[in-house]
Amino acid sequence: MRIGGIDIGSRYIKHVVLDGSQLAETYKVETGYDPLAQCQELIDATRPDALVATGYGRHLIANGGGIPTVTEIKAAARGARALFPTCRTIIDIGGQDTKVIHVNNEGSVMTFEMNDRCAAGTGKFLEMMARALGFEIDNFGASCENNGYQQAPVTINNLCAVFAESEVISLISKGIRREAIAVALHRSIASRVASLAKRVGVRQDVVFTGGCARNPSLKAMLGERLGQDLLVAPNPDILTAWGAALCAEQSPP
Amino acid sequence: MSNDYTDMWSSLGLNLQAHQGLLGVLSDAYENIYLSQQNRPEGMEYFDFVISEVHGQRIVEIVNKKIEGKPIIGTFCVYVPEELILAVDGVAVGLCAGADVGTDEAEKYLPRTTCALIKAFMGFKLAGLCPYVESCDLIVGETTCDGKKKAYEILNEVTGKVYVMELPSMKNAESKVLWKKEVHKFARKLSEITGIEITLERLKEASSIVNAKRKALQRLSALRSHDPAPISGLDALLINQVSFYDDPARFTSQVNGLCDELEERTKAGTGIAPKGTPRVLISGSPMAIPNWKLHAVVEGSGAVVVGEESCVGERNFSTLFDRNLSSVDETVDAIADRYMTINCACFTPNNERLGDIKNMIEKLHAHGLIHYTLQFCTPYMVEAYRVRQAINGGRFPFLGIETDYSMEDMGQLKTRIEAFIEMIKEGFRS
Repeated sequence: MRIGGIDIGSRYIKHVVLDGSQLAETYKVETGYDPLAQCQELIDATRPDALVATGYGRHLIANGGGIPTVTEIKAAARGARALFPTCRTIIDIGGQDTKVIHVNNEGSVMTFEMNDRCAAGTGKFLEMMARALGFEIDNFGASCENNGYQQAPVTINNLCAVFAESEVISLISKGIRREAIAVALHRSIASRVASLAKRVGVRQDVVFTGGCARNPSLKAMLGERLGQDLLVAPNPDILTAWGAALCAEQSPP
Repeated sequence: MSNDYTDMWSSLGLNLQAHQGLLGVLSDAYENIYLSQQNRPEGMEYFDFVISEVHGQRIVEIVNKKIEGKPIIGTFCVYVPEELILAVDGVAVGLCAGADVGTDEAEKYLPRTTCALIKAFMGFKLAGLCPYVESCDLIVGETTCDGKKKAYEILNEVTGKVYVMELPSMKNAESKVLWKKEVHKFARKLSEITGIEITLERLKEASSIVNAKRKALQRLSALRSHDPAPISGLDALLINQVSFYDDPARFTSQVNGLCDELEERTKAGTGIAPKGTPRVLISGSPMAIPNWKLHAVVEGSGAVVVGEESCVGERNFSTLFDRNLSSVDETVDAIADRYMTINCACFTPNNERLGDIKNMIEKLHAHGLIHYTLQFCTPYMVEAYRVRQAINGGRFPFLGIETDYSMEDMGQLKTRIEAFIEMIKEGFRS
């Protein structure tokens, strides 16, 4: 049986198909202005036997097509536990929100926290700042590493995307190197996410997931603040879609 | 609305165009949120009617009372003793404070970082949208939170009708003396504006009306402990909201009629959702009409709300006043004492509230607690920590929500609440 999970995020739609317990296919496309059409195209191509939707846009597809949904919180927890059976804490930084999830020994969600309603400290924030500094988002984290992130001479005080951008611009105009500003931006996000994680309580092992988990600097800084290494899946973007697929397995539609 | 009330609204000084817009929005919201519910009890018809006439028929009644010379007393808080208002033949109305209206007007006077409820009561007044506030002879404020007590100063500049009761911050002997004095002073104020002397007879009669209302609401609350739930949380919330402005005797008889029906339902095992549906208790800041946001999300996500530890809810009716005393002074003292049993987060310490929440969880067989605070409602925001610790040392399913009247956080709110309900369901299995 081929089981699908689809995670309709604010920036990207991620779709996986499992053949048995093996990952058979993965897709990642921009959500764009017509996510329903994007989903339809993906599903038409993969034609899974069962499908569960998750993510910000899950109700869109559910209302249209009678597809069961789970929240991205449950799905992220399922996905993380499937890959890392010992994990108790999941930190998920997505396009527009940041979640910290605590699961018990059996993998059930015990509690979770999300960032406030604005995009401060999320993937979208990183993307905007990368653009302001002229970096490609894929190289943004590496740019800090090259600089040696321990030696950042500046700090960014604002996490509001709008105010932070002004702060960035004012640092640029002072002649600060963009790599140093990049370090400061990453630090400000890491400290924000770490405090959210501490509110939930950090239990070992900690999985870092979501698109931002691809960013090596963020991973290192966050790990440093939490006092432990973070586990990251080879393809962290699709972990939640994977988790959704596993939910389908549990209760076929 | 069936009748044309334009002349009445115009004579009350409402902004007719904006008011028409508000009624349109309200009626759409009511249709979407309320009338779309499944398996509603028949007894809700009365409340549907009341809502459809919220600015119509009820205002006609109030205006007629006013013509008869009866005082219309507006309130914002369950600490204002309703018994005393009824004892001078007054009409007590909880004033409009539950919708995001007149915000631009309100923000001319108030900081943006003011809680939605305060902004709303200022907004309703300033934008000319509330026929209740326009009908009032006296608007009674109270020193519950900093935002309210400072806003009352401004509301008084605008209306010239505000009277503020000083509510202490502690519940020790000295504070109770202060509060008794405040209640006596309020009684004198009511006598002064009406020329009616509050006699023992009047107090007894008024108390029995209020008591009957509270008993009916208690009965409704107790019926919600059944599984399957015989009534939705949305409908029960609505009834609690209506309790603040409907005619008390009529309201009581309607609630009791509804409860008879709900009793039949519990015997037959019928409910608004299947047996075993996750049951959520909501606790925290008040939900003034038409604030149905949280209940709508919770019940739209496959759970049922079984109680509100809230001023629009349990805190309003959990203590009765049925003492039979021999003098007016003693009775007013005892009324003051009755109000001191309300456990609002504006008090320090407020341990009794923690006990109330635990009792409700047990009595109503709740599976999870959602702690609801309006943004910038500091007393409840801070107390959330102690609530979480108090319930099962933090192990009972708990979700803290901080929101306002706007719809901009609906996506996130839905995700959080759905995840919370998933969490409760997983708990069932393990």
